[in-house]
Amino acid sequence: MKPPPFHYHDPRCLDDALGLLAEKENAKLLAGGQSLMPMLNMRFVFPDDVIDLNRIPELTSIGEDEGLVRIGAMTRQCALERSEVIRDHCPIIIEALRYVGHIQTRNRGTIGGSLCHLDPSAELPTVAQGLDATIHIQSKRGARTLAMEDFPAFYMTPAIEPDEIVTAVEFAPWPKDHGFAFVEFARRLGDFAIVGVAVLLVVSADGSISRASITLGGVGQAPIRCTAAEEIVTGSNDSDAAMREAAETCRKIDAMDDLHVSGVYRQKLAVALTLRALRKAYDRAIGESVA
Amino acid sequence: MTDTRTISVTVNGSRHDLEIETRLTLADFLRHQISLTGTHVGCEHGVCGACTVLVDGQAVRSCLMLAVQADGAMVTTVESMTGENEQLHPLQQAFHDNHGLQCGFCTPGILMTLLEFLQHNPSPNETEVREALSGSLCRCTGYQKIVAAALDAASRLRQDVGKTAGRRES
Amino acid sequence: MSSRKFEPRMGRLEDRALLTGKGRYVDDIHLPNMIEVAFVRSPHGHALFHSIDATAALAHPGVHAVYTHADVVRTLTSDHIPPDQLIESFPATTWPYILPKDEVCFVGEAVAIVVADTRYIAEDAAALVEVDYEPLPVVSNCRQASVPESATVHRDADSNIVSHFTTEYGDTETAFAEAAHVFGFSLNQHRGGAHSIEGRGVVVNYDADAHHLTIWTSTQSAHKSRDAAVELFDMDESQVRVIVPDVGGGFGGKNTVYPEEILTIMASRLLARPVKWIEDRREHFIASIQERDQEWDIEVAVDTEARVQGVRGTIYHDQGAYTLLGLHVPHNSSIAVPGPYHLPSYSMEVIVSETNKVSSIPVRGAGYPEGNFAMERILDRISRELGVDRAEVRRRNLIPGEAIPYEMPMKTREGTPMIYESGNFTRCHEKALEAAGYEDFARLQQKARAEGRHIGIGVANMVKVTGRGPFESATVRVGRSGRVIVYTSAMAMGQGTKTALAQVCAEQLSIPPDQITVVTVDTASSPIGIGAYGSRTMVNAGNSVHLAAGEVRDKAIRVAAHVFEVEEKDIEIADGFARVKGDQAKSLTFKDIAKALGAAKGLAIPKDMPIGFEATVNFRPPDVTYCNASHVVQVEVDPETGGVEIVRYVVVNDSGTLINPTLVEGQLQGGIAHGIGNALYEWMGYDENAQPVITNLAEYLLPTSTTVPNIEIIHEETPSTLNPLGVKGAGESGVVAVAGAVISAVENALEPFGIWISDAPISPMRIVELIEESKAAG
Repeated sequence: MKPPPFHYHDPRCLDDALGLLAEKENAKLLAGGQSLMPMLNMRFVFPDDVIDLNRIPELTSIGEDEGLVRIGAMTRQCALERSEVIRDHCPIIIEALRYVGHIQTRNRGTIGGSLCHLDPSAELPTVAQGLDATIHIQSKRGARTLAMEDFPAFYMTPAIEPDEIVTAVEFAPWPKDHGFAFVEFARRLGDFAIVGVAVLLVVSADGSISRASITLGGVGQAPIRCTAAEEIVTGSNDSDAAMREAAETCRKIDAMDDLHVSGVYRQKLAVALTLRALRKAYDRAIGESVA
Repeated sequence: MTDTRTISVTVNGSRHDLEIETRLTLADFLRHQISLTGTHVGCEHGVCGACTVLVDGQAVRSCLMLAVQADGAMVTTVESMTGENEQLHPLQQAFHDNHGLQCGFCTPGILMTLLEFLQHNPSPNETEVREALSGSLCRCTGYQKIVAAALDAASRLRQDVGKTAGRRES
Repeated sequence: MSSRKFEPRMGRLEDRALLTGKGRYVDDIHLPNMIEVAFVRSPHGHALFHSIDATAALAHPGVHAVYTHADVVRTLTSDHIPPDQLIESFPATTWPYILPKDEVCFVGEAVAIVVADTRYIAEDAAALVEVDYEPLPVVSNCRQASVPESATVHRDADSNIVSHFTTEYGDTETAFAEAAHVFGFSLNQHRGGAHSIEGRGVVVNYDADAHHLTIWTSTQSAHKSRDAAVELFDMDESQVRVIVPDVGGGFGGKNTVYPEEILTIMASRLLARPVKWIEDRREHFIASIQERDQEWDIEVAVDTEARVQGVRGTIYHDQGAYTLLGLHVPHNSSIAVPGPYHLPSYSMEVIVSETNKVSSIPVRGAGYPEGNFAMERILDRISRELGVDRAEVRRRNLIPGEAIPYEMPMKTREGTPMIYESGNFTRCHEKALEAAGYEDFARLQQKARAEGRHIGIGVANMVKVTGRGPFESATVRVGRSGRVIVYTSAMAMGQGTKTALAQVCAEQLSIPPDQITVVTVDTASSPIGIGAYGSRTMVNAGNSVHLAAGEVRDKAIRVAAHVFEVEEKDIEIADGFARVKGDQAKSLTFKDIAKALGAAKGLAIPKDMPIGFEATVNFRPPDVTYCNASHVVQVEVDPETGGVEIVRYVVVNDSGTLINPTLVEGQLQGGIAHGIGNALYEWMGYDENAQPVITNLAEYLLPTSTTVPNIEIIHEETPSTLNPLGVKGAGESGVVAVAGAVISAVENALEPFGIWISDAPISPMRIVELIEESKAAG
């Protein structure tokens, strides 16, 4: 179980990386390596060229500017876990990261790598969708952005061209007192979730939910934003009933069947976990302590 | 097609300048190029954790890194843990005293994982230790005595820090 | 070993090297000029192949050779694994090829070996070998394999059934005819792997000038490897040396001779240079043996008092494509059903069928987990149908303590009477219930249910055969250094064998165990031996060391008595001296005695005393021993997700006299973790084409630190009457009863839903489905 031969490149700046990527026919970008390296070792992929992004400092940053949080694509998951900016502005990322692999993989794995790998059950794409993230993309031809919603093209395939690199992910933080929860069910801690749910809520003084974001991972081929559920909880004066009703809508979502897990089971998990996440986020928003 | 590169890696304080194939994993570099066979390889797809080493102080799976990526880095392996006079590190001693190993194959990866973890979290509870160990597979022990060893080691290391601090004050 | 001179719970002698990175596992061995191999393996469950074209591979830079069946034929005395470990009455098609001639019968079967400068290059070249396959019909299920119209696993086989027998005693006809109640159900027990974290591996150095093979192999049975090499390469025992370095776990996966090992030897022999093969994890998934693949149809006859009167049924056992090691698993499964329970009549038909999967032979537990699971399911079924508490059902059916020794009306695999010679099953059961708070649990459960939580408790009891002979060897020798060295055929693979054997030796010689060196298998120093499997090492090797060390002690006493002209009873052995009691001046060191017994000039030794301060004993246990245990487990189940958390685990275990209780606890905890895998996690999936659908550790769920709880262990120490140390096995004691106990607890937690579980492992999704099915059935 050894990687096949390839040409290795470790450009020192983004521009060089873009140049290489434009030039090479069958190249793979190496970010944290926690998905590409196993695939190389198992010889599931045979790139002629591997372009390592780990020596490009400009891709590694966490910053807040003009009300937007911007994370460089090569920012490692462990850096996010320990970032005060993230803790202050989007704590749901930290809550989700507890479920992302293990210490050793979070020390290498990057946010950009996780988003581009786009495993349907992965936590970070689900959270990015919940946060309405904007994906910054660059190529020799120029720069562009994509809403996270439009980022997945197909199963495990982002909507980027072969010469493009994801450089950063950016989003507007929710208000300070928002409620949040990331809840998932996996076979063991650190495994990809069977279903994961990211919920963000703003609760008004009267207890009604004024703004909601509900996203399911693992149910469809890419994260699913549950707009119907969001509409049900938003503005309702009986939040508990609304949360139940909202969760129940997940039963109708078209869920994947695969060799190991049925769509019906995914739907059931989606219903149960969405309700748990909603309640947890709600309790946090109103200042209740949560387990 | 052989794609090679000369790299310079500092492993356990010793610098190694070597020409290697760029597809060589860090695990294979450590084991077979510079003969540090204490780092073990159990799955080569980043699940078992046996190959965990520290790169610039962080625990990583060395089967999921290319050796060329460690060019210029400081790598720490289990071979570095014993101190002067071959004295066991408190973490190693705790594993011995608590029967925290059986076949010993997963042990170096677990030691390296805990070495970093206990730096960040010197007073962990059992749940935190179990979460920290969740990326390391052991088929022999059922983990119980590994967890006990880790908690014992944390306590010993805290005492060591206390002693050092005490000496500084006096 | 009632009064001990040294601390039983001593730390292990093995640890320092293993903790400092100085262990020496097979892949740590590097020899000058060494090259490596990779295998070309079948991607088909069943296919013919018409040609193997290695032209491109051989042209690849760094490649030394590609060998196929023709090379095996020209080099070895046979193209099959030697039959001494196989069942000769089986059809020839069941014997594994070293490399197949023209037919592959499971995904992963090696068809060619590629030798190259490095493993990297060998894998590059293996991908260039072109094999012209013609797929054939595939057999993927053992029940379907057993019907006459089934396709066959091997083209030339008439049938897939390699053995069909019935394990029976008593009058089941009458028991069922007269029973108050008869219940029937089916069970599916799925395959899992051994998954030692170190895979298999071998390094071979053929010295052409000396015509000598040195083989370092990660194995549980070195002498089998040596004997296979001797036979296949037509050499003698002086020309083949097998050394077992540190072994990173076995669990059954390394207890046979595999084609890869023979082929690596062949490559070294043909190229006359050192060659290495290290199994990678994917190879472990597709080419190492697996176990626990059985479908069961069961009927039970029971009286009005919940006492079992008879059990009958059929086991369909999936043997895989070849028989690498006899019928141990199906035989054991069938005789393990009664276990610690009194079962008056029994008739179990066993149909052993081949399928196009990798061979299924013992993994830790060797058929006992399956048999035990069946019996514990039977008892739970009785409890449910008759409304008698599950612990009470077991109480009524356990063989009472006073009935031990108890002769089961069955025979062991050797054909000898099956006698539970020691132990007390009812006492273990009661102790376990009490320790786990069984009586009070119903109250806690009601309280939890009121809070919407589903907690449950499960109970299971087991007996397992251990300590099977014929022997392991031990030589205790003191040389001119004065140091005590134990040479043994015992195989160390993580159990702490060296420590425990040093402890045994230390008690006899009154020398601290850490001053004793234990050399485990090297066929040069321990030319005869069997292997580490079946929880047999302490019974066999432990007693050999005990007896050999005793003989060495007696020699020392005789020499000292002779030298100081006193009675032997006046000599004491202590601190490395043999001395006259009460006269410290009159003492001999072990070094002095070794010198004298080495016939050096100086001390006079008794004329009739054999030369050498040493003794060799190959202890032969008169019969097998049986360890037993009672398990009680508490779980919490989330009925919405099907998630199961093991909250508490209590085991009362009797492995006889404990040489080192800490080591035994380690064995039990590891075994129980393995059992938790079998109950909840480990599922080796195949599709209808016998393609393995799981070939990595992200999908094959080994238990992790967050899924295995702390295990509370209470030792019962009933000495075995069958060996001087009084020991019984421990290595497999943990694993056997786990699935029965855990699955019972899961059902108990979900009692309000009334589900019945017939699969092991049970997945969260299946639990949710069962709840739904139960609701739908009303």
